[in-house]
Amino acid sequence: MALHGKGLLLAALMCSAAPAMAQQRVLTFNSNASDPAPRAMFEQLAADFMAEHPEIRVEINTFDHEGFKTAIRNFLTADPPDLITWFAGNRMKPFVDAGQLLDVSDVWEENGLKDSLGSTLSSMTFDDRQWGVPYTYYQWGIYYNKEAYAAAGVEPATDWEGFIANCAAFQEAGIDCLTTGSKALWPVAGIFDYLSLRTNGYDWHMQLTNGEIPWTDDSVRAVFAEWEKILPYTTANHAAIDWQDAVANIVQGRAAHYVMGNFAVAAFRDGGMTDETLGFMAFPTINPDIPRAEEAPTDSLHIPAGAKNPDDAKLFLAYIARPDVQTRINEALGQLPVNAEASVGDDPFLQAGFELLSTAEGGIAQFFDRDAPAEMAKAAMEGFQEFMVRPERLDTILERLERQRQRIYAAAE
Amino acid sequence: MTALPDPQAPTAPRKRSRRRSLTPWLFLAPGMAMFAVYVLIPIVQSIWISFHDWDGLGQMRWIGTANYSELWWDDAFYTSLRNNVIWLVLYMLAVPLGLMIALFLNQTVRGIRIYKSLFFFPFVISQVVVGLIFSWFYAPGFGLFYALIEWITGSGVAILADERYVTYGIIAAGLWPQIAYCMILYLTGLNAVAPDQIEAARLDGAKGWRMLWHVVLPQLRPATFIAVVVTVIGALRSFDLVSIMTSGGPFGSSRVLSYYMYEQALSEYGYRMGYGAAIAVVLFGIMMIFISGFIWKMWRDEKGL
Repeated sequence: MALHGKGLLLAALMCSAAPAMAQQRVLTFNSNASDPAPRAMFEQLAADFMAEHPEIRVEINTFDHEGFKTAIRNFLTADPPDLITWFAGNRMKPFVDAGQLLDVSDVWEENGLKDSLGSTLSSMTFDDRQWGVPYTYYQWGIYYNKEAYAAAGVEPATDWEGFIANCAAFQEAGIDCLTTGSKALWPVAGIFDYLSLRTNGYDWHMQLTNGEIPWTDDSVRAVFAEWEKILPYTTANHAAIDWQDAVANIVQGRAAHYVMGNFAVAAFRDGGMTDETLGFMAFPTINPDIPRAEEAPTDSLHIPAGAKNPDDAKLFLAYIARPDVQTRINEALGQLPVNAEASVGDDPFLQAGFELLSTAEGGIAQFFDRDAPAEMAKAAMEGFQEFMVRPERLDTILERLERQRQRIYAAAE
Repeated sequence: MTALPDPQAPTAPRKRSRRRSLTPWLFLAPGMAMFAVYVLIPIVQSIWISFHDWDGLGQMRWIGTANYSELWWDDAFYTSLRNNVIWLVLYMLAVPLGLMIALFLNQTVRGIRIYKSLFFFPFVISQVVVGLIFSWFYAPGFGLFYALIEWITGSGVAILADERYVTYGIIAAGLWPQIAYCMILYLTGLNAVAPDQIEAARLDGAKGWRMLWHVVLPQLRPATFIAVVVTVIGALRSFDLVSIMTSGGPFGSSRVLSYYMYEQALSEYGYRMGYGAAIAVVLFGIMMIFISGFIWKMWRDEKGL
């Protein structure tokens, strides 16, 4: 009787333990996708993953997009989750250097990702190892108002001289040729990146962001010389407004061009622009001898070094690298899949972006604040903004940046 | 019978006196422990970190006074320091302006309470909201202030995009709630002004300025002291408005020390903990000048009593 009772107890224990055991394979995922569309995308992604792997439960903690950038440093050391969203290039380097991220080269190797995700391989690699898996990127370029072109009576130009000539026409029509909102600094880095890629090329640009070229060099001055040509046609007071406020300038036809990332298309459409009025073009050619390079910041997933469930996390990384999954993710996000075998959505701007990036023989840059170390990015972007407002201070700005370069890159070694 | 209390006589007072000397410390202990953990130890730690190169994640590296010598050559540091001084000087306007409004409101009219609460309203709303309201007020294109300037002079001025005006624009936003704060301090102070002294002064023929300067203001000294203290502290920790309205921009021209410290140590592009700590130490030094002054004054007043 006593034995029987014990057996019952054991059976009861087993019963209650079994579901608990099944639930123990939990993947905690800290996400920075606080905007509605990306947030819904990740929730759907987790649900699809769980449908394929019923034994794993994915728990998503969504952080505010900006707040995530500071929170990550706390939770990586204090309470590391199994998966995190982050960015490619130099933005992940501090965490790689500090040993906070897990080497996921085996995921790349086993799934043949070096071929299918080849376009971003270099931006995910440090010390010949890969530290995360990219799931989306988006092109930068020039978005323009076609009605503004009609008002000024000109046609879009593909070369720099033509672009500047158009700018003069826009000015006569009372329209700002180029608009931007530099309160948060980063939008001006996009302009600099393109001027730099078009004037001196991709390799030079990478050398500059790697700290191998002095900021006082003549090649740097050449970039700023090109920039100075369009400054008179750029929206005044850009330093006081956010990038969304500058979107309004385009929507209302007060400005013609905006150097921006593809995420701005949603804002243009919210403002009432349609595919008939909103145009997209590549940044005009400045030096025709330089192969065309483009800019496409990549978002990626990583596994913290202190993850409690790294095996299932690697399973998840392999899952999001799959072409069909990347197709679905990027349909939901309205962005471009990194996997070359995935298909691109029907959206005309996505198609244009895909065309632009897949034909960029010069190379694909991340973005100034992802290619350069954070401190250099901050100092340089402030310098860009100051140059746009006070171009006569160029010498002082470049000398300051050069001092920063010598300190920052020396400290990094 | 007489022998009994004798051996106890010397020990009892000693025990009592020991208890008397120990008790205050026991009562003080929780407060002192908190003060040590949350104030004193962090100060020492900040100073310690300021001699290191540290990104908050990896190893700390001792670099001696390199952070301080870098500060010495750092233009951005001097911009922040200069802005802090401008803040301190202009923020002091809140004290006389608050007094003015308090004197104006210190009358018995129907519905005066409503007016008082309306004047006090800016202090109730959060600094973040104040910052947003003023950013819209100054905004190029649709801002009221911008439109006003445009209407008067023909061309608008984007206060927050112009390095010449940006700090003053932010201080104006900060003064709005600070004046209300000083006003409420003076209003309560005015309640305590003795009516018989006013009466006596009036009989002696004191009026207007003389009445204010020689009779009312001396009685308001405690209120003035508090108003100056909170205004100095408010000016030195003017962080939220700078962060909300400009993020230190354009190109760093509206930074103050506290914001520069945050930017270097904790913001998206920062994580130079050592350098941020060095800025914090300098800011601490500046604050200490004022704090020691206030403590000295309070100590002197208490001794005078």
